[in-house]
Amino acid sequence: MKAEDKPQSGAVRTGLNGESDSSMNAMDSIIEIQNVSKYFGVANDGVTALKNVSLSIQPGEFVSLIGPSGCGKSTLLRIIGDLLPPNDGKVTIKGKSPSEARQDRDYGIVFQSPVLYDWRSVRKNVELPLEIMRVSKAERERRALQMLQLVGLNDFVNRYPWQLSGGMQQRVSIARALSFNPSILLMDEPFGALDELTRDRMNIELMNIWSQTNTTIVFVTHSIAEAVFLSTRVVVMTPRPGKIEKIIEIDLPRPRDFETRQQRRYFELVTLVRESLRESL
Amino acid sequence: MASQGSVRVSAAMPSASALGRVQRIRRRYLGAFVVALGILLIWQTLRFTLNLPAYKLPDPLSIIAEFTNTRPTGELVALSLLYDLLVTWSEAVLGFALGASAGFVMAIAFTQSRVLERGLLPYVIMSQTIPILAIAPMVVVGVGQMGAPTLLSKAIIAAYLTFFPVTINALRGLKSVESDALDLMRSYAASGRDTYVKLRIPNAMPYLFTALKLSATASVIGAIVAELPVGSNEGIGSALINGAQYNTFQPAYLWATIITAAALGLLFYGVIALIEKRVVTWRVGE
Amino acid sequence: MQSEGPLTIPSRVNPLQQYGPAVLVFVLVMAAWELLVFALNVQVYLLPAPHIIAQTLLEQASSLFDKGLYTFREAFVGYSIGCTLGLLVAVAASRWAAVADALVPYAVATNAVPIIAMAPLAIVWFGIDEGSKIAIVSVITFFPMLLSTFKGLTTCAPASFELMRSYASSPFEIYFKLRFPNALPYVFNALKINSTLALIGAVVGEFFGGPAFRALGVFIKSENAIAHNVQAWAAIVVACAFGVAFYGVVMLCEKWVMPWHVSQRER
Repeated sequence: MKAEDKPQSGAVRTGLNGESDSSMNAMDSIIEIQNVSKYFGVANDGVTALKNVSLSIQPGEFVSLIGPSGCGKSTLLRIIGDLLPPNDGKVTIKGKSPSEARQDRDYGIVFQSPVLYDWRSVRKNVELPLEIMRVSKAERERRALQMLQLVGLNDFVNRYPWQLSGGMQQRVSIARALSFNPSILLMDEPFGALDELTRDRMNIELMNIWSQTNTTIVFVTHSIAEAVFLSTRVVVMTPRPGKIEKIIEIDLPRPRDFETRQQRRYFELVTLVRESLRESL
Repeated sequence: MASQGSVRVSAAMPSASALGRVQRIRRRYLGAFVVALGILLIWQTLRFTLNLPAYKLPDPLSIIAEFTNTRPTGELVALSLLYDLLVTWSEAVLGFALGASAGFVMAIAFTQSRVLERGLLPYVIMSQTIPILAIAPMVVVGVGQMGAPTLLSKAIIAAYLTFFPVTINALRGLKSVESDALDLMRSYAASGRDTYVKLRIPNAMPYLFTALKLSATASVIGAIVAELPVGSNEGIGSALINGAQYNTFQPAYLWATIITAAALGLLFYGVIALIEKRVVTWRVGE
Repeated sequence: MQSEGPLTIPSRVNPLQQYGPAVLVFVLVMAAWELLVFALNVQVYLLPAPHIIAQTLLEQASSLFDKGLYTFREAFVGYSIGCTLGLLVAVAASRWAAVADALVPYAVATNAVPIIAMAPLAIVWFGIDEGSKIAIVSVITFFPMLLSTFKGLTTCAPASFELMRSYASSPFEIYFKLRFPNALPYVFNALKINSTLALIGAVVGEFFGGPAFRALGVFIKSENAIAHNVQAWAAIVVACAFGVAFYGVVMLCEKWVMPWHVSQRER
């Protein structure tokens, strides 16, 4: 699929709180979050990580969650992926519960650290989910090589994780997440530990991968520039208690490349996100 | 996976960095050689200046020559000690295998059941603080009288010396898995078995081998101590008792036995270290 | 630590849950032991029932304690000599690379050798009494201390060396402000391991021979040989009690000397 064929940041999108017309979108959305709350710790002196958060995400979207530490963006991502249960509210993934979606292998996950297994070669790391899903050996190998080609690591298939740089390790982790063709990719600050130059390059690569696959991406980040550059929508979150402050449509044209970062509209959007973050403080 | 965040810094920083790799290796061999030479020199000087009798300090050459002598039974010393070595080693290996398997299974059981861990782990840890080897004569004689084969009764001592370190280290390795790695397995909806086979057990391997190397030596010690009680007549332990008894007549024999014991310890350790190299081919990353 | 997957929320464990199972296991094992000996009519010389051991322990408490103290003294003197020498050699090896190059390979190899096999030789050299046990314990404890301390002295983060360098500190200051504090956890680790090794060395050393009515190891072996297993078991309980106490004291010292270390925080 080409970038142009993607559902563009269209007209029918949720309003400020994502609540107003969520019912309208419930039919065709891939991820539907309704009034989700999450508390940590003991009842009274605990932390409210999320309070009444609602959001719906369409198939093929690239949604970034941005906000200061403690705004609950990672918690929200983990609730979507069924790694944490919500205390309140409801999450629907393709019309199913998150647990069912996980059993159906709908999620690919990429963490901030690559979480590669030291004892597996690059190719074997990419094959890990396929092994667990009992895919045949030949097919595993074919998929792994294809994915490593996609992330530009075809020359490194037989290396071990410690022989790769941080950026390369993270690319292996992305290839692993994509290897079983999940419909949803959850990324928790995947480029947070990389230097700025590597990060910019990885952004372009991720952009290309996204346009070549049908994946819906939910992307947690601290970086305004990264969020604006990649996303169809940026969800600005605020802490204490964690909630959605604002949702900003990113109407930059595609395909996006290094030059996108020099456009006036890009700067306007970066400023817009920054101001909504500042307002919240 | 947990990195210490610190690297080994060579002994004396300034001078070491100036030396090349090859030079450094050469110096290491030279150092070891000089030490060996020094020990021989001190040995001979002690013999002559203090005029020590042979039963206290025999001539180094006579110890080597001892291997070609014959025992009172008419057997060649080298052969009889080789036989003792094999006897002790088979006890040690059997006990090592029993203890290591039991320890590994126990560690997996601990990760499965909190109650089991809370009930038994304190004793596994406490057993590390007591001179448990003192029990050896009791076990060997007791188990022997219950009709078990001698090999088994001695292997039990080696087994329990192996069991405890393996349990503790395997448990540590099975548990020291990053929480993100577990989340990853969860996101694949991996079965409990897959989480063990593909994540926890490989992760535990380096920890396990640390314990196995320690246990290799410990199981040899266990087997030797198990051969000490009255009534044993084969193995390095009983050869040591024999050597001590006849030391005045055949002083080099005790030395030859001690050398055999040392060789067995190094041999078993080396075998386990070699297996480790074949199994743990990866480097633990950050 | 996550042992049950990320979904479990760590809850506070009450003491009953924490220690209950361990106490229960002790009671059950003792009861099973009693019952088994009674039910199967096991001969006392094979395996005495716990209450008989306890009874003997109480009856012969003072003589057993004296034997324990005798053996413990051998262990402790040997431990002090071995640990001190190990520490000193480690400092020398960390200071001069030539010392390290010459000694560390031997130390690593010796650690894989059953040193206890030298016990009869020690008897030949230092006599059948305390001397030989002290010698063997010294050798046994020397190597772990040397290797562990050496590791502690040489594994400081490179950045902390650079920091000391930027202060233009003398080698002396580098030792007292960086290397020794860094090595402290390693030293205590060796002190703890050695406390057990020392008692094992002393008891097993006595299996090879020692003063007949004064030493614990000799007592265990000889009572065992004449089928007086109740006495031998009681002596083992005494040896274990000394072992736990010795270890416990070293652990208390560790807590007192380095309250800042991570290992103290976890519990």
